[in-house]
Amino acid sequence: MTTNALKVETGNWIEVVALEDIPQLGSRVIRTDTMNIAVFRTAGDEVFAMKDECPHKKGPLSQGIVHGTSVTCPLHNWKIDLASGEALGPDEGCTNVFPVKIENGIVHVDFQNR
Amino acid sequence: MKEKLVLVGNGMAGVRALEELFKHETDQYDITVIGAEPHPNYNRIMLSPVLASEKTIDDIILNSREWYAENNIELITGDGATEISRVKKAVITESGKEITYDRLLLATGSNPFIIPVPGADKEGVIGFRDIHDVETMLAAAREYKNAVVIGGGLLGLEAANGLMKQGMNVTVVHLLDSLMERQLDKPASAMLKASLEQKGLKFLMEAQTAEITGDKRVTGVKFADGSEVEADLVVMAVGIRPNIELAQKAGIYCERGIVVNDTMQTYDPRIYAVGECVQHRNECYGLVAPLFEQAKVAANHLAQVGSTRYEGSVTSTKLKVTGIDLFSAGEFNEEEGDEAMVLQDPASGTYKKLVIRDNKIKGAVLYGDTMDGTWYFQLMREGTSIADFRRTIMFGQHDLGDAGHGDAQVLALPDSAEICGCNGVCKGDIVNAISKKGLFTLEDVRAHTKASSSCGSCTGLVEALLASTVGEGYDEKPSKKPMCGCTEHSHDDVIKAIKQHELKTMPALREFMVWKTPDGCAACRPALNYYLLANWPEEYEDDAQSRFINERAHGNIQKDGSYSVVPRMFGGLCTANDLRTIADVSDKYNVPEMKVTGGQRIDLFGIKKEDLPAMWKDLSDAGFVSGHAYGKAMRTVKTCAGKTWCRFGTQNSTGLGVKLEELTWGSWMPHKFKLAVSGCPRNCAEATIKDFGVVCVDSGYELHVGGNGGIKVRVTDLLCKVETEEEVLEYCGAFTQKYREEAHYLERTAPWVERVGLTSIKACVVDNEEQRKALYQRFRLGQKYAQIDPWKARAEGEASHEFTPLKIAG
Repeated sequence: MTTNALKVETGNWIEVVALEDIPQLGSRVIRTDTMNIAVFRTAGDEVFAMKDECPHKKGPLSQGIVHGTSVTCPLHNWKIDLASGEALGPDEGCTNVFPVKIENGIVHVDFQNR
Repeated sequence: MKEKLVLVGNGMAGVRALEELFKHETDQYDITVIGAEPHPNYNRIMLSPVLASEKTIDDIILNSREWYAENNIELITGDGATEISRVKKAVITESGKEITYDRLLLATGSNPFIIPVPGADKEGVIGFRDIHDVETMLAAAREYKNAVVIGGGLLGLEAANGLMKQGMNVTVVHLLDSLMERQLDKPASAMLKASLEQKGLKFLMEAQTAEITGDKRVTGVKFADGSEVEADLVVMAVGIRPNIELAQKAGIYCERGIVVNDTMQTYDPRIYAVGECVQHRNECYGLVAPLFEQAKVAANHLAQVGSTRYEGSVTSTKLKVTGIDLFSAGEFNEEEGDEAMVLQDPASGTYKKLVIRDNKIKGAVLYGDTMDGTWYFQLMREGTSIADFRRTIMFGQHDLGDAGHGDAQVLALPDSAEICGCNGVCKGDIVNAISKKGLFTLEDVRAHTKASSSCGSCTGLVEALLASTVGEGYDEKPSKKPMCGCTEHSHDDVIKAIKQHELKTMPALREFMVWKTPDGCAACRPALNYYLLANWPEEYEDDAQSRFINERAHGNIQKDGSYSVVPRMFGGLCTANDLRTIADVSDKYNVPEMKVTGGQRIDLFGIKKEDLPAMWKDLSDAGFVSGHAYGKAMRTVKTCAGKTWCRFGTQNSTGLGVKLEELTWGSWMPHKFKLAVSGCPRNCAEATIKDFGVVCVDSGYELHVGGNGGIKVRVTDLLCKVETEEEVLEYCGAFTQKYREEAHYLERTAPWVERVGLTSIKACVVDNEEQRKALYQRFRLGQKYAQIDPWKARAEGEASHEFTPLKIAG
């Protein structure tokens, strides 16, 4: 198995992965020294990044099912909004989200506030 | 520009329609609500507990004024609509406001019927309908002594009970010789009367009211036979009349109620009507559950989505008098050709009666123990044949009740009693959420409290709490239950459409069935993926992103995000070399914990996701395949020692177990599926609590189906007995395939067998050789594509993105 090594770019934006390497309605996990970050891709090729931790019991959100612009946590079915990191429905809680941009088919994430 | 929607009637049905409309996230309308009462929408069916001082008015408010504001609704209270001008398309209120509409929704409810006897207009003579009536009664109770309630029906008895609790001396006057005659048969009615008498109510039966006496205020009630009774307060609860005055004045066609079609439109298609004011297919409804169904249909139509129709409701009743459990539904007095089943226990004060025709429930009356009311009601509405469980039906639902949460007497439990053992939710939490947040459905309660949202074994208890807390407003399983919020269609609709219209991809299916969401949700996607896979094994391409993570990663996700690995050991047999391989793999990947599973396999815990493919390679090289311990799939065949070694063994149970596992491994199922083979009736492999169990006997093999050792222990039903191993395999494949093709996703064989009936399964799998062989054939065909080891494929690089994290420095 190979590990993709990534470089720090100018500014806070970091090149993360090619868009096509994230499955549609799926995710990839970015491992940093301090935490795991999940990068999601929707059916419409929107990309979102957030801490890979459900506000409920820290379930890995990256492993959940993506639908519309939300993801359902695999542990206890909390539904988290990908854009805001907020729990949807009657549940309450929030996960950190990070800004994302796509340039030339490459996903960049701004980790400054992690 | 937005259209204007005006709702006349700020009550439960109308506001529910607005709530349903908002669920569509439509921004089509500017909404105005006109209510005659000075309050926001409250839960009218909870007025009885308010009267009995068990709740306050604040407790029963469903939508606060803030709710109206948040949803940009203009709310007019205490200023009722007096006129509709259809020419100007405007509603005129009492104070002269004129509000124009593009669409109008009438939900004017009903009025209590006041018997037209002399004196009926005296002070102190009221109906029982709204907060004002309750306030009048409470005030009277403080000042006066004697109350007479005219009408011994549901509402009358609840009013009488409340007034008695307020310290009044209450007499119930009833025209007929038995109470609640529209809901109860004579024995149940007599039991009810006796226990209400014990509580202190007095009854005057077969009494016809002739006159209300007194000067300005009532002082008594006189009857047709000349007798008289003192009264300082008279509550008329003899029935309701749809409030059609406004509609009638506007020239909208009315009979007993405002006549509507199946999309809840009146004869003027711009004007909709829902609730108690409506007459639909010649029926008027006074209970809340049907009104909610109507509200949903009207909302869908207003939002211009879907094409749902309201097709009428079957209703059931519960009495909200604390300490009295009573349930009634359908036709409870038997006619010629009907059978009545009765279970009566005077000592415990219970009475149960079911009226049966052609093995189907037509009606039910339960007194004292209403726990199974929901179940009987469901069987009745769905027209389920009870042939398979006639002998036990009076004792209640097989899988209802408890897994460690005590007896069915949930209503008698203290608030601190734990109901949901998975999520630690107590009775008090559930009851509070139901009344404070205005919840009406099981789904609502699950969403807000998490009770019964995990393993579901306490569902029956939660339903009982719902039913007792909200009374007949409890929105029991709707006649047709949608798969999830993305669609109006049920599981059965979807299964049928896939076959009938040869739908072979998820987008095609969602488009054909008018899904409301572009890519479904976490509930429907795995179901659709399974249905397509089960129906079109040769063509359908499995969609990994529609699988729950366990099936996508081919391991069980654990609470810390690591995975567990269970290699398949056919029939539970293994060699020293197999164990050596597993031991070596454990060492190599630092497996922190191993255990032997209930299904006779070895579970390796705490594996990092990125290590899985390499570990699988080692296992695969040694001849292991995936154990599918993570999937809605065929899991294991458990076996006993069998006749090779055991002195009691009658057949080669391990050998047969291996053959069965070789036949069925890899197969995706609606839910997990477990098998077992026992070598003799001592049944050491516990075959009679499996989905498919074989018990060997000297003369052949008994085949057992539909068992469950999990949430609710259910012993299998005997499918049949066969003589050869070949037959065992064929019947197993056929039964399995029937389950794969017909069960709902996430429905184990136990509830499936109970739902469709063993008789129908036998008719196909046992009695019809042609169908059995065809099923078996289809199973084998599916297996051709299913028995490709997913571990080996991933060890060789398939779906590598799933297992490869991205790393960055810093």
